[in-house]
Amino acid sequence: MSIAWYVVLSALLFAVGAVGILIRRSPMVILLCLELMLNAGNLALVAFSRMVGNQQGQIFALVVMVVAACEVVVGLGLIVAIFRRKLPLDVDDLRELRG
Amino acid sequence: MIPVLFFLGAIGALGGAIGVVALRNPFYSVLALIVHLFSLAVLFLLLTAAFVAAAQVVVYAGAVMVLYVFVAAYVGGGGESAWEPIPGQRLLAPLLGAALFVELSIAVLSSSLLALGHDGPHVGPGFGNPAAIGRLLLERFLVPFEASSILLLVAAVGAIVLAGHRRGEAT
Repeated sequence: MSIAWYVVLSALLFAVGAVGILIRRSPMVILLCLELMLNAGNLALVAFSRMVGNQQGQIFALVVMVVAACEVVVGLGLIVAIFRRKLPLDVDDLRELRG
Repeated sequence: MIPVLFFLGAIGALGGAIGVVALRNPFYSVLALIVHLFSLAVLFLLLTAAFVAAAQVVVYAGAVMVLYVFVAAYVGGGGESAWEPIPGQRLLAPLLGAALFVELSIAVLSSSLLALGHDGPHVGPGFGNPAAIGRLLLERFLVPFEASSILLLVAAVGAIVLAGHRRGEAT
């Protein structure tokens, strides 16, 4: 399989994640769609690392995984805090910071 | 054999991604994301990234998804209302997504990277295995490695501060 297949697949997965962020309103599903986009980036990084025969792209993918894990932890903490205060779990209702 | 595995992994990854977006219950979305992550691990193995594939399955599909499942069970799967703040949002968003996909594909495929059309150079059996990745992490990329460990620590403390009980708070 040529590398272009993997790169096009990663572009497709990224677009699906972006659509999810645009149409969903539950903060948890939006976090899941962010994961989709980060994983699409990871797939592109690993594909390019294979293309040039260099393992440093895989290190980059691992660092992206660490950052994604941090984002999940903080995001889910925020969701639990919002739920505890009995605020609506809907990104269109949580608009106080919009000004 | 490799094309069959690639298309199986690609169909799984794409189906999981569409499931995450389309399923209304957040719990099912999390399960679809697990399917997606396992399929991506297959693709990583095809790209000779054994350690990244293992980390994907253990860290993501294992640890992070358990966190998601717990929060989904705690918060509960409330369905979203059909109210649209922007008229036609559900129709417009897939069109914009398709445009994004076309744009990304054109940007990548029309670039002058000639190696995109090949399988990549021949690499030895040690490419991407834990020993090679570990040597790179602990020698050349030691500073980013330690910085990411500090980032994880800060995230853990932040999550406890955000979600933990405060003394005197009535719940």
